[in-house]
Amino acid sequence: MAVLVLGQHDNKALDAATLHGVTAASKLPGPCHLLVAGKDCGAVAEAAAKVQGIEKVIRVEHDAYADPVAEDLAPLLVAMADGYDYLVAASTTFSRNLMPRVAALLDTAQVSDIVEVVSPTTFKRYIYAGNALTTVESKDAKRVITVRTTTFDAAPAEGGSATIETAAAVDPAGLAAFLGREVQSSARPDLGSARVVVSGGRGVGSSENFQIIEKLADSVGAAVGASRAAVDAGYAPNDWQVGQTGKIVAPELYVAVGISGAIQHLAGMKDSKIIVAINKDEEAPIFQVADYGLVGDLFKLVPELTEKLEAAKD
Amino acid sequence: MKVLVPVKRVVDYNVKIRVKADQSGVETAGVKMSMNPFDEIANEEAIRLKEKGVASEVVAVSLGEQKCQETLRTALAMGADRAIHVVCDAELQPLAVAKCLEAVVEREEPGLVLMGKQAIDDDSNQTGQMLAALLGWAQATFVSKLELAEGKAVCSREVDEGIETIEVKLPAIVTVDLRLNEPRYASLPNIMKAKKKPIDSLTPDELGVDVAPRLVYTQFEEPPKRQAGIRVESVDELVAKLKSEAGVI
Repeated sequence: MAVLVLGQHDNKALDAATLHGVTAASKLPGPCHLLVAGKDCGAVAEAAAKVQGIEKVIRVEHDAYADPVAEDLAPLLVAMADGYDYLVAASTTFSRNLMPRVAALLDTAQVSDIVEVVSPTTFKRYIYAGNALTTVESKDAKRVITVRTTTFDAAPAEGGSATIETAAAVDPAGLAAFLGREVQSSARPDLGSARVVVSGGRGVGSSENFQIIEKLADSVGAAVGASRAAVDAGYAPNDWQVGQTGKIVAPELYVAVGISGAIQHLAGMKDSKIIVAINKDEEAPIFQVADYGLVGDLFKLVPELTEKLEAAKD
Repeated sequence: MKVLVPVKRVVDYNVKIRVKADQSGVETAGVKMSMNPFDEIANEEAIRLKEKGVASEVVAVSLGEQKCQETLRTALAMGADRAIHVVCDAELQPLAVAKCLEAVVEREEPGLVLMGKQAIDDDSNQTGQMLAALLGWAQATFVSKLELAEGKAVCSREVDEGIETIEVKLPAIVTVDLRLNEPRYASLPNIMKAKKKPIDSLTPDELGVDVAPRLVYTQFEEPPKRQAGIRVESVDELVAKLKSEAGVI
């Protein structure tokens, strides 16, 4: 028996998150296969075949898989599930939408967002926005698992030599259709995998003021994040949101500006290697998790920091 | 069109969570409980649909111990018309909840199920998708904008890359994200009125559902604590520390 990893991609390249899922999958018994279902996704299958730890890539082509909806992709995974003990996916909005549908069709309980493989049947996962760490044993014969990407390293993207097979698609269900996607185009690194993240909170005060956060981020080649409060207030777009219901990040350096540090936000960033907090309220809870805290007016401190980091580069 | 709104009773989002000393669970005795915030948003959306004349009836449903009726009363006070309580004292996991809801949907035949995208206690983010799978219905998850038309719904979804738009056939399951709306507070007269609205009770047995857990939570631990670091006095000191001590720039 074997492990099937969901390959997440845009028909051009494999998503970085998938590589973290492969590392988690490699801790499970059996060879790892990777599913690439898409439209004209040959380049993705080729790239997937080079990922270390993958023995076989299964490529499935269908027009409906160009931007697949869960209603169309879930039956494909169900059809393939016979040969596998585990169906594994890196936790993204894509897999969070898809995998529970697959699990229910297989009459299996999904284990969401695992952070550790304790044994082939036992996993660790957080509940209550990261405020309790649980050990959970799955009693099902077939296991559907999503993986928190920040706690598993990325599998090396080069050096593997998997075979590539093709498999048949399953006819679309016709229940739902993809209409479009508004993507914030940005030259900045991806928030989920950036080495440095600079985030702003409600203290930033307006979307115009958020430019000082963006300038600081650009001075060190960082991704920009935001607290839910800042997103709710309309200062920053939703896909910048870091926290329990947004993105989970664990960069080498996380700079929290004007963020008080609600538990829902801490849940999304407390595994960062170094945390810097800049806040005018010295009692703000963010200082309890920060390695370096700077109390003061962010509108003075952030431009000064930007300038000094720019200077430090030369 | 009838709209069904599943609501979960959870530890209030403001409560500091404590793991029991014997690691058998999370302390819930004497702790403030509330409706899962995402479910409040779903209920609000359903009530707005009724106010616009799109929905004919809003039915709230909750599963769990007797006290779930408090959560249902909150849903009724916000404006739901009636409620269904699936009474169950045993632990309920997402798959079992989805199966119970499937049975309720078959009895009630709603045209739309509106529910939260995840519960803030177990953070599983599964039940809506599972319910859609069991019913063979379309699903729109993480929805921040909902437009209903004849036989279909156009939904904006909050995804990692930005905003995605999909069209789903009705009936469908829609799970809602934070920015869909801002839920109302129940007014005192509506709280009083809600006390007279009907709550029907059912059991998983009556629904023909086996709710035995498939996952066994064997241990609960306090998460690793991060030590608070130091205060720096100036930007210069911060830059120096990041360079020399932390080595991250």
